[in-house]
Amino acid sequence: MSELKSQDAIESDNILQVRNLAVEFHTETGRTKALQGVSFDVPRGQVTAIIGESGSGKSVTASAIMRLIQPPGRVTAGSIDFAPSGSEPYDVLALVDKDSRLEQLRGDHISMVFQEPMTALAPVYTVGNQVAEAILCHREVSKKVAWDEAANMLQRVGIDDLQRRMQQYPFEFSGGMRQRVVIAMALVCQPDLLICDEPTTALDVTIQAEILTLIRQLKGELNNSVLFITHDIGVVAQLADHVVVMQGGRVLEAGTVRQVLKQPMHPYSKGLMAAIPGLAPKGQRLATVASVVGATDITTAYPLTRLADGRQISLSPSQLKAFGHE
Amino acid sequence: MSEVSAQLQARTLSPRQLVWLRFKRHRLAMASGYFLLFIYTVAAFCEFVSPYGTAWRNVQAINAPPMRVRFVDAQGQFHLRPFVYGYDMQVDDETWVREYTENSQKRYPIYFVARGESYQLWNLFAAERHLFTTGEQGYIHLFGTDQLGRDLFSRVLYGARVSLSIGILGVLLTLFLGVLLGGLAGYVGGLLDRAVQRAIEVLQSLPALPLWMALSAALPVSWSSLGVYFGITIILSLLGWPALARQVRGKFLSLREEDFVVSARMLGASKMRVIFKHMLPSFNSHLIATATLAVPGMILGETALSFLGIGLRPPVVSWGVLMQQAQNYQAIVLTPWLLIPGLFVVLTVMAFNLLGDGVRDAVDPYSTGGQS
Amino acid sequence: MKTYIAKRLLGAIPTLIFISMIVFVVIQLPPGDIVTSPLDRMQSQGVELSSEAIQNLRAQYNLDQPLPLQYLSWITNFVTGDMGYSYLFNRPVNELVGERIGYTLLITLSALLFTWAVAIPAGVYSAVRQYSLGDYALTTVMLVGLATPSFLLALIVMYFGYEWFGISIGGLFSPEYRDAPWSLARAGDFLSHLWIPMVVVGLGGTASTMRILRANLLDELNKPYVITARAKGVKPLKLLVKYPLRIAINPFISTIGFLLPTLISGEAIVSIVLNLPTTGPALVQALINQDMYLAGSFLMLLTILTIVGMLISDLLLAWADPRIRYE
Repeated sequence: MSELKSQDAIESDNILQVRNLAVEFHTETGRTKALQGVSFDVPRGQVTAIIGESGSGKSVTASAIMRLIQPPGRVTAGSIDFAPSGSEPYDVLALVDKDSRLEQLRGDHISMVFQEPMTALAPVYTVGNQVAEAILCHREVSKKVAWDEAANMLQRVGIDDLQRRMQQYPFEFSGGMRQRVVIAMALVCQPDLLICDEPTTALDVTIQAEILTLIRQLKGELNNSVLFITHDIGVVAQLADHVVVMQGGRVLEAGTVRQVLKQPMHPYSKGLMAAIPGLAPKGQRLATVASVVGATDITTAYPLTRLADGRQISLSPSQLKAFGHE
Repeated sequence: MSEVSAQLQARTLSPRQLVWLRFKRHRLAMASGYFLLFIYTVAAFCEFVSPYGTAWRNVQAINAPPMRVRFVDAQGQFHLRPFVYGYDMQVDDETWVREYTENSQKRYPIYFVARGESYQLWNLFAAERHLFTTGEQGYIHLFGTDQLGRDLFSRVLYGARVSLSIGILGVLLTLFLGVLLGGLAGYVGGLLDRAVQRAIEVLQSLPALPLWMALSAALPVSWSSLGVYFGITIILSLLGWPALARQVRGKFLSLREEDFVVSARMLGASKMRVIFKHMLPSFNSHLIATATLAVPGMILGETALSFLGIGLRPPVVSWGVLMQQAQNYQAIVLTPWLLIPGLFVVLTVMAFNLLGDGVRDAVDPYSTGGQS
Repeated sequence: MKTYIAKRLLGAIPTLIFISMIVFVVIQLPPGDIVTSPLDRMQSQGVELSSEAIQNLRAQYNLDQPLPLQYLSWITNFVTGDMGYSYLFNRPVNELVGERIGYTLLITLSALLFTWAVAIPAGVYSAVRQYSLGDYALTTVMLVGLATPSFLLALIVMYFGYEWFGISIGGLFSPEYRDAPWSLARAGDFLSHLWIPMVVVGLGGTASTMRILRANLLDELNKPYVITARAKGVKPLKLLVKYPLRIAINPFISTIGFLLPTLISGEAIVSIVLNLPTTGPALVQALINQDMYLAGSFLMLLTILTIVGMLISDLLLAWADPRIRYE
């Protein structure tokens, strides 16, 4: 039962440890705190999901891990310790812009699948070119080799007729096919960590299921770690081992899927679970987060506390006592 | 809490007020607006503001440089009433060039709103008071004089009236043609649309200046000044409307499918009513922005044509006509102040561009001015 | 791609026909015709022609025929390479055009290159370093540039050329080379004169081109595909060039279309101010003196030049942007 400190050394079974991450955006109307005191772990070889409503800071967290926060955004505090396989762990946020590890981090060690497959691919280059580029950025291989590897990966994500398809432009692909391309592009360098930023939100329901199956299957084959960002609890239940609940730029609760989904402790998590259709008895009005949370104070920031069963939670000491914890 | 109330307040503002609020944030655009207001006012009252008429000649000062307005005289004495020193003229023995120096013996005090040369304001009211003048004795040439000894400051102001009004008149005509043809093409579609589109394409691919030149050369020499003035305006608008029409057409095409237009049509509104009551109001602010940005082209066009001697012709005074005097090399080197009208062209065009940018940003905060 | 090119090429033909009609009408507009002007001149010199002789003269120029037929014979001759005779210069128009259009083309094209050489780096810098001091400085310079008529710029260059270097700027050759045959020295002399019209004409288009590129690039810089590429690990410079710049350049290519008419207009007026032996001054002379064949040919050729330029820009655009090619 201890507060999570940024000084914590990275634990060997975590590939990523985020501690006290804070991000601000400067806008015309003033500063907006997009993230404050965000801490969580991504265990190696497992799927960790970040769940939260829009504006909760899920995507900003992902961008911060990739060092993709652009002005007017700025990381103001915290550390992101990353332990790639086969090299020393380091703090992602401490890398200077010219550090070769930063280049390696993006695309080689960590890669990302984005929400919008329609716009995530550049319109003027062929699909093959864009996938092969990912290899050429990180491996000293000939274009031919890169092209073949790209073809191999595209085949694995389920794209047929490669001869023709790789010479085509993104606008000749459907949304689901484009997302497969984006996934192939992300996985082609066999990253240690794959970040999926709501990869199915923009897709049709049937396609969503296909893409999820694909991600799970590839995860099994490549044995990498996955950080999966979503607002869909169903997806979390299907796919994830661990879950992090975020709201208003803060982490409210984190633990295994079983812990958080079965016995949510934070009032907000409880509200989320109650709002899942299907769990509520038939014929009854579906609860909203607000109706469950009621007058409970969920906006005050309390430090994360690690409980005996390993889960972390942001509650006041008195609330914790109510759960029987010291 | 204050943020929330501000938001609520924002919600109750009319679109027009919102546009005005956004426009006011553009300091440069605001400043340009005031500048244009000022220069147009001066141009409107140029008979009063300028000390002399366009034809008035000072034979003692031919090709004389600009004068400096002074408060302190050669003896170091301060005068509350500003004054200028008259010229002394020598002719260079070798080059035969007139050279002017200030003579501190000839001190001409400046009187404000005083009697001077009589004139007809707007050709309607006889008057003889000028904003400033040296009265009976002496002369004042703030921008110097030309080779006939005419006061350049006065001529620039008179020229402003012609050049600035051609800009506005030309744009109004352009706007009329552009909205009419573009609107009809976009709304009616079919054969008319194709014809207008083809015309737009052709006219936009023509190099404007040579065609302007050809058209204005076709204006009969026998025409009166006023005739030439309107002729040039029409010629300028003739090549100006396609850009506007294209924009209007595109806008109409997309608006035609909007629900509010469809429902107006379903309710049995006439074609004209749909166009003028429903469609035009929804983008007239865009039109204002585009029109503002089109004025510079008109002014530059007039200036260029007149400068070449195939636009407006003396005795009409416009900025382009004035620049014509600076066409040859000798004139520029010996009398560079003849380029002053050009400075006014640059300032006015810049002001219109900034104002137009500001208006466009205000009515359409998401556009960055790029074209695709 | 081939069908696209064919389509565009065929599409240009009606445009050209339409334009030739406009040009013909425009040069017909002035009162009097090609015979009256020289006649007036001859009469003022005391030469009297019988009405029969005048009739013959008019018949020689097809002036006794209705306008459509006049147009047809004019355009047929034009297409077959006979542009008629200029009484103003007392020479065939073909010769005059041959002498002058080359310089016009050279100045316009070098001005186009100059425009890009300045506008592209400036536009990219302005967009990448938005709201920096350099951005403000460039934007201000361009704002002034946009508002300065090219003839005023030419005059200013002339003034400072004299004030600072004591040289007279004008013409395309120094006096000693003006009528000399082409040689290496003459070419060098030509190049040393070329840069002034190139810069003056080119600056006219630079401001607007830079503004467009800056706006386009700003639009592209934060598109998702740029972030995807950055997340992929593409190096910053390569990222900028390969992704946003590459795509922002597409609408930019299409600006050739509007840039060329602007540059040709600018070239005409700057040539008049700087007294260059190009089409501009001759066109003004021809227009003022009602030299119909000369004026018509120049107008037609300048327009064809723009149309060809636009065609090239369209084809370039199709080559650069697959979405257009496959339309």
